[in-house]
Amino acid sequence: MLKLEMRPQASRLWTYASPVLALVLTVLLGVALFMALDKDPVRGLQMFFWEPIKSGYALGELMVKATPLLIIALGLSVCFRSNVWNIGAEGQFVIGAVCAGGMALLADKDTGRWIVLAVLLAGVLGGMLWAGLTALLRDRFNANEILVSLMLVYVADMVLSYLVYGPWKDPAGFNFPQSKTFEAVTQIPRLMDGSRVSVGLVLGLVGAGLLWVFLFRTRAGFAQQVGGLAPAAARYAGFSSRKALWVALLTSGGAAGLAGALEVAGPIGQLTPYVPAGYGFAAIIVAFVGRLHPAGMVLSAVLMSMFYIGGELAQSRLGLPKSITGVFQGLLLFCLLACDTLVAYRLRWVASKKGGV
Amino acid sequence: MESYALLIAATLNAGTVLAIAALGLLINEKAGVVNLGAEGLMLCAAIAGFAAVVHTGNDWLGFAAGMGAGAVLAAIFGVLVIWLNTNQYATGLALSLFGVGFSAFVGIGYVKEILPDRPHFAVPYLADIPLLGAAFFKQHPLVYGAMLLVLSLIWFLFRSRTGLVLRAVGESPASAHALGYPVRRIRLAAVMTGGALCGLAGAYISVIYTPLWVEGMVAGKGWIALALTTFATWRPARVLLGAYLFGGVTMLQFHLQGMGVQVPSQLLSALPYIATIVVLALISRNPTWIRVNMPASLGKPFYPGS
Repeated sequence: MLKLEMRPQASRLWTYASPVLALVLTVLLGVALFMALDKDPVRGLQMFFWEPIKSGYALGELMVKATPLLIIALGLSVCFRSNVWNIGAEGQFVIGAVCAGGMALLADKDTGRWIVLAVLLAGVLGGMLWAGLTALLRDRFNANEILVSLMLVYVADMVLSYLVYGPWKDPAGFNFPQSKTFEAVTQIPRLMDGSRVSVGLVLGLVGAGLLWVFLFRTRAGFAQQVGGLAPAAARYAGFSSRKALWVALLTSGGAAGLAGALEVAGPIGQLTPYVPAGYGFAAIIVAFVGRLHPAGMVLSAVLMSMFYIGGELAQSRLGLPKSITGVFQGLLLFCLLACDTLVAYRLRWVASKKGGV
Repeated sequence: MESYALLIAATLNAGTVLAIAALGLLINEKAGVVNLGAEGLMLCAAIAGFAAVVHTGNDWLGFAAGMGAGAVLAAIFGVLVIWLNTNQYATGLALSLFGVGFSAFVGIGYVKEILPDRPHFAVPYLADIPLLGAAFFKQHPLVYGAMLLVLSLIWFLFRSRTGLVLRAVGESPASAHALGYPVRRIRLAAVMTGGALCGLAGAYISVIYTPLWVEGMVAGKGWIALALTTFATWRPARVLLGAYLFGGVTMLQFHLQGMGVQVPSQLLSALPYIATIVVLALISRNPTWIRVNMPASLGKPFYPGS
């Protein structure tokens, strides 16, 4: 029978090969799914892996969706590396969007371009506040951060819903639950004409660089991660686990809030109940598939963005529900976790013996 | 007065969903496995149950389909965390994300389906008592089933030999292994039983509680059920009480709205989630108390011979 045998050292090869194998397995499962639904699998795969990269415009759209995923995932990787399970980035994204939206609504005809900075800052602070609630409850009350951060996602959705159905509803909006369209001056600057790619992408890439320096080249970054790898060693070294908790949550909350601000003041341009698009949850997968490494997450954010665009195309061109994106995202994470077993263990055939368990 | 009787009845009904799911998760956790996938698993079970009732017209087949779906998904989760030693949190999360997407994907054709007339139940004679009858004795059989489940679970965990072995596996898998118990198979059995119960709760939502199919209709009940096991410090009777308490919070919003209280509806809808956070913080405040009551190997993988 097949038996798992622990490797003396984690396999470097499989650390990198496992996400690739997981992607291959996900694609194979996708082909099976398309065939089960009587759709041409080649055309199905085209929607996901060819259409999003076949033209300059398509590539731009790919980057538009990859940007929030990357920024949120960068923050989450700090959490997961320090063993803080923040799974409520979606809520932090929403509150960031709400605060940024509130700032953008203050702008009028005479407002200067500085408002963009204020909008982004409001988003970051909003996200930090929301994640700070989780940190406070974990720090002071020992409350499980998984459950608290997740519950706060539902509360954040309610806050957004209250505002767009209530005080912030556009009086001239035919009673639709949405805010006024933001003034053009609040629009996040775009990188070039003819594409919706904004400076958010630059922020994301610079963020990835900064994260790399923080994680691998600073003492603070090292201290941050030791608690996740070996809590006892961290205590012995005098690294504060409370500080690690706060740094992790505030960083990821700020990042998610920034992503929220970039979305509402960028492609969306107003507050609506459809601001939450699941980026906060998808970014968890981006973080894991990217090995919690800045460079890896740039690649996996693009991959996850392909899943989103592929899902939309599968809906409009193949008549499949858009939720196929969620199916593939979930499958990818499942496959990755299974493949990751090969990092720490090797498979071996052993003669089956009686009484084995 | 009549409206209070109905409020109690609705509370018991809402609490039943949480109770069945949380008792399932309790069985998992007593064996040392925490399944964060409850939400996704319940969603898949909800659509499986709903679809089964649409096609067969039989509620009990719907419940069976929900339990089956729950057990199958839990088995996949179980094999990953128990044999491949994947991280329990991450794997549960994967199950939740997958379940949300998958249930929406397969459920798309059922969005506009309507179930045949929902049955009404009444306990003979008792249901005719004024007020008490309306409050307690006109419930779906599964409401009483959840109460029986608690009693049998108390007996099973604390009075039966198998229950003792299950708890031993959760407290000290290495000792249980040394005594010759198949730790991993016991854990898988516990995970699948828990998954089947979560599935039953999911099917109850779509077949009885709110008889329709809407994307994401479990609306966090899987996560609240997870929090309930901590609230209850892993004791079955307290799980049931906690479930009714949260059922009450859920129902309070409709009651307050009915009374014309001027509060934004979103605040009322957020109440169950806010209550979960508050109670979680209050209960967890004393780390020692949690540590003493929590199954010692909760969340930790066990690999025989390592």
